[in-house]
Amino acid sequence: MTPFPLDLAALFGKAGMYLVFLLIGFFFGYTLEISGFNKSTLLAGQFYFRDSRVIKVMFTAIITAMVLIFLATGLGLLDYNLIWVPPTYLWPGIVGGLIMGVGFILGGFCPGTSLVSAATFKLDGIAFVAGGLVGVFLFSETEKFYDAFFNGSYYGRLTLMDVLHISTGQAVLLVLIVALGLFWVAEKLEQLYGGKAPSTGSKPRYAAWFGTLALGLVILTIGQPTNADKWNRIASEKEALLKERSVQISPAELLTSIADDQLRVIMLDVRSERDYNLFHIHGARRVDMNNMLAIAEELLIDPKIGETVTVLMSNDEVAATEAWKVLVAEEVPNVYILEGGINEWLSIFAMDDPNITPKDGPVGEDELRYNFSVALGDKWEAADPFIHEWELEFEPKIKLEKKRGPTAGGCG
Amino acid sequence: MTTASQPEKTTFLKKLFNRPEQEYADPYLGGILLGLVLFASLFITGSGLGASGGYSRYVAFIEDIIAPGHIDQVPYLIHIAGGELNPLDNWIVMVTTGVLLGGFVSGLLHGRARIELIKGPRISNTTRLVMAFIGGTIFTFGARMARGCTSGQALSGGAVLSAGSWAIAFAIFGSAYALAYFVRKLWL
Repeated sequence: MTPFPLDLAALFGKAGMYLVFLLIGFFFGYTLEISGFNKSTLLAGQFYFRDSRVIKVMFTAIITAMVLIFLATGLGLLDYNLIWVPPTYLWPGIVGGLIMGVGFILGGFCPGTSLVSAATFKLDGIAFVAGGLVGVFLFSETEKFYDAFFNGSYYGRLTLMDVLHISTGQAVLLVLIVALGLFWVAEKLEQLYGGKAPSTGSKPRYAAWFGTLALGLVILTIGQPTNADKWNRIASEKEALLKERSVQISPAELLTSIADDQLRVIMLDVRSERDYNLFHIHGARRVDMNNMLAIAEELLIDPKIGETVTVLMSNDEVAATEAWKVLVAEEVPNVYILEGGINEWLSIFAMDDPNITPKDGPVGEDELRYNFSVALGDKWEAADPFIHEWELEFEPKIKLEKKRGPTAGGCG
Repeated sequence: MTTASQPEKTTFLKKLFNRPEQEYADPYLGGILLGLVLFASLFITGSGLGASGGYSRYVAFIEDIIAPGHIDQVPYLIHIAGGELNPLDNWIVMVTTGVLLGGFVSGLLHGRARIELIKGPRISNTTRLVMAFIGGTIFTFGARMARGCTSGQALSGGAVLSAGSWAIAFAIFGSAYALAYFVRKLWL
């Protein structure tokens, strides 16, 4: 398990966690102020090529943070899965961005900079903040009219790597090159329109540029940990859980959990389509073993994953255990395996069903041990047993753990 | 005793608010420091920086005072302030409160915290204030539509290589550049 991000609430309590966020905000505000972002004329100057402060500060901040983050993930100090990557809602994002640009050039601020401006008693900053509160009000009152658009064109946790089909290191280098190119253009434009002498820029910036480029190359060289790397790092600790059988829940516990209205259960069936069509537990979703990384990604951005139990199942336990390793290595919380698999489930709940009969002769590992008269999927009685007809006894193993890291961005 | 310490206090405050105004930092240095804050936030907490989310929660808080129960009928705000939820009980409110404090302290230390109106040379004070208000309204409306502003999307999302955040960043700058010429009287 990577040491970062920290589980702040568990470490410092809620008050301590809030103090950390207050401090982060403090330094955020402080650096915005020293960068000149409380002065609207400086911010707006960007759009007339006079002063490229905004581009320089923003892109320097982006590449500084980016290089350090992917160095940390590459070295296994930080898990990329656990940091907040804003999900892509393409069209609301682009339309919202175009609207924001209008507000920017008219008002001279963005929300963060206007707060700093207001905090240093700039009257235009205070007016912008007041207008900003009205903007939120207008949006919240009218959102219901374009709800479908606002929640449409959703691509999930989409990254530049996914879009361009490149590695993380390549994406980092690409952003670095774009940023350095923008700095060069910005400085040329300042000389042309802002009347700045070619030599006015600070000299240490060259060292900083080469430094970040060098770090970008290091990131490209060391690469990012694969699922197997992540598993190897936690294997000894997690193999013990498998051996103690503390993550294999009995069919009785699964049925009780499904029936529990307070608990959300996601069932993932990793068997072949054929087996799934013959019989599967009602509510179980079939997933492909080769697709587990995408499933992990999908589960991780689910805001309720900290209150959800994910149960994997195969005919016995072999495939389910492999899938479990993939999800656990990706830091998906609360993942369990159905003990004994579908075969064990059927041995209990299909006992009295004449159309589900045990196969004669030996059966291979992780294969169905039952014959079915027809392929009914989840229409069997045993696929959706009525809990009150059964006297279930089991040793409860499910313990809910919250996911580390955020479940929502700073903009919700 | 109180009368004796009074003048001392006034001079201290006077001194504090009348520090000579210093120049802003080199933009690249400012950017590196801002980048370090952003990295620290992502590394320690997993969350990036944000500002407009704080706005939503302040609005929900004010609405709860003016029209109690109204939030329960607003789908967009119900999850942050519906029922018994306190909209200010959230980490992003801490961040925005910190932004106000940090901006204020830096302004104070560098002699830049003073009551003034910053505007282009060719417009009146009233025009500037009205445009700032309208700009603020339009900006946060767009920020809600895009689920984040320059801080949460362009800066934080950009650094973690979110594709949508990069699209939003280019949309913001593209639209501002495209419109700049037509409103140049406001700034030049």
